[in-house]
Amino acid sequence: MSKDDKILKEFTSKEYEHGWSVDFDVDQAPIGLNEDIVRLISKKKEEPNWLLNWRLEAFSQFKKMKEPDWSNLNIPKINYQDISYYSAPKKKKMLKSMDEVDPELIKTFEKLGISLLEQKRLSGVAVDAVIDSVSIGTTFKDKLSELGIIFCSFSEAVKEHPHLVKKYLGTVVPSKDNYFSCLNSAVFSDGSFCYIPKGVRCPMELSTYFRINASNTGQFERTLIIADQGSYVSYLEGCTAPMRDENQLHAAVVEIHAEKDAEVKYSTVQNWYPGDKNGKGGIYNFVTKRGICFGNNSKISWTQVETGSAITWKYPSCILKGDNSIGEFYSVAVTNNYQQADTGTKMIHIGKNTKSKIISKGISAGFSQNSYRGHVNVIKRAKNSRNFSQCDSLLLGNTCGAHTFPYIDIENKSSMVEHEATTSKIGEDQIFYCLQRGIDEENAIALIVNGYAKEVLKQLPMEFSVEAQKLLSLTLEGSVG
Amino acid sequence: MLEIKNLHASIDDTKILKGLNLKVSTGEVHAIMGPNGSGKSTLASVIAGREDYDVTEGKIDFMNNELSELSPDERAREGIFLAFQYPVEIPGVSTTNFMKTAVNQVRKSKGEKPLDAVEFLKLMKEKMKLVNIKQELLSRSINEGFSGGEKKRNEIFQMAMLNPKLSILDETDSGLDIDALKIVSNGVNTLRSKDNATIVVTHYQRLLNYIVPDFVHVLMDGKIVKSGDKNLALELEEKGYDWIKVKN
Repeated sequence: MSKDDKILKEFTSKEYEHGWSVDFDVDQAPIGLNEDIVRLISKKKEEPNWLLNWRLEAFSQFKKMKEPDWSNLNIPKINYQDISYYSAPKKKKMLKSMDEVDPELIKTFEKLGISLLEQKRLSGVAVDAVIDSVSIGTTFKDKLSELGIIFCSFSEAVKEHPHLVKKYLGTVVPSKDNYFSCLNSAVFSDGSFCYIPKGVRCPMELSTYFRINASNTGQFERTLIIADQGSYVSYLEGCTAPMRDENQLHAAVVEIHAEKDAEVKYSTVQNWYPGDKNGKGGIYNFVTKRGICFGNNSKISWTQVETGSAITWKYPSCILKGDNSIGEFYSVAVTNNYQQADTGTKMIHIGKNTKSKIISKGISAGFSQNSYRGHVNVIKRAKNSRNFSQCDSLLLGNTCGAHTFPYIDIENKSSMVEHEATTSKIGEDQIFYCLQRGIDEENAIALIVNGYAKEVLKQLPMEFSVEAQKLLSLTLEGSVG
Repeated sequence: MLEIKNLHASIDDTKILKGLNLKVSTGEVHAIMGPNGSGKSTLASVIAGREDYDVTEGKIDFMNNELSELSPDERAREGIFLAFQYPVEIPGVSTTNFMKTAVNQVRKSKGEKPLDAVEFLKLMKEKMKLVNIKQELLSRSINEGFSGGEKKRNEIFQMAMLNPKLSILDETDSGLDIDALKIVSNGVNTLRSKDNATIVVTHYQRLLNYIVPDFVHVLMDGKIVKSGDKNLALELEEKGYDWIKVKN
């Protein structure tokens, strides 16, 4: 066995850290998917008729659609009738303050390292925590509302700000956009809503922590972010799920709308349960994320660190409609064991002088498959547009795979697109250099991998960046030793 | 400190070292000279524990440890330092970060507390002067886009940071102009003490004008064929390696 192989073998056996589940009193819908379930969810959430009808329309569309099969993924057959589409921790009464939150739930957050109380007191991060579909506690709301910022659960937004929800819901990701967005539109249970008014710079990072807790439940959350003219917001999303043998489905939709001169930074650290060493269990993560730079000079920037999930199918994209608007996509995707990831972005240039930048860093270990899929489309009227794409793949060992599928369509002559791609193996020389300085193999790999992903990690807010670096090392721990 | 007895080593079934003996005590500087392909760099790699090489026979004793039982990182933590002939690039990892990880892991293995940011910076500032290296260089990805001289100075900087017992300089003079050679040699000389030892592996006598050895060994065909003091190096320079071949 060569040195590389030996290192890799030993670095591939780290257990999932967030593998525990907590027994809450859970209010769960019966298993199965039909119109009654859609009605039931809508009723439980006390939704207005227009929203129920919107869901029903999506559902009737969904029935006509087929699962996409163009990705470089091997997706086992999913039985959509075998899933419960709604699960909420049972509420005994309306919660007035954080003190009334179920202590078990607070413990859950503490295990995740995001105690709401601590967060509230120390970090200045407003957290909207979503567990099994229902938003539990939203902090800092008062402080934000002074500035006119709305940051609340999706259900609350439907009740309190129906005009905004109605105006923007489904405008960036239409329900029939794809199979999973359609499913989400029919059965979404909760999520986050965020509105930043004209000229306001949100003074803190807004953060949502998602977690799938109950077994056999899919999580279908929906996030809608609206940045009005000249506003700015940085939004963080973190995900974990407990260890379960069976596979769980996660099909979320995120929509971002940026008006003139507005800027939205959306950062994700995704650490859903990836399944065990033999590929048993794990989350199927089918997520549609898209933002529209609607007004001139607006900017949307996606940063993602993808370490979890058995299967990841995700393409955070930007529609650059406004002139001079900017779209960015920074991604680190790590796969180990039998994980599969097909992830990337779409940059659709419609406005003049629009710019986009894609930096994708794939890291594959074990028997995993990691694909970058990107589409850059510059339409005829998007004169003088620019795109720069860089897609790098790093392989650990020779049983994993890295693939790059860049699609480029340029319909005018004044625009310019650059694409760079590299594939490299982690060098034995690099590891030996570290070892010779007294650094052990595990730390050597962590150092090299974090260095490789640095360009993306530095885009993350500080506290997230530290967490992401730890996650990268944890995910690869045991695949080198 | 270091005692090598009857060392045989090969790579991919090609025998390179064929019964090498060497003894190095604290306070000494040994120069290993020899023609291309004689096994000089192999010797350096085998002492550092590079696993591409198979040790088929013989023993290496370092501070009363049998080295074959230690992994490369354990050897490093025991105090063996190799200044690489071709220092390796690690994109995205600064020398500062690299050294912080290394220094603190070495400290940890000795049961010492890790250095905090302030202490580390202080240590770094002190050692930077030794090889006239700038902070800006240490903040860049290690060895990436460094000139030949910068790479070698960086190696000696790392040596100073880790304060090893035994330093092996593998062709440290290759690719250096005369000014860089002086800086590097000056760094090495400053680090010399009665408690440590240095092995200088080199092709040319030139480096030995600056780092003056106590012993000079000539390595040919996997064995040390002649040993002497610094005058042996001068004689070699004058007469060439063929002189020894003929004599043998």
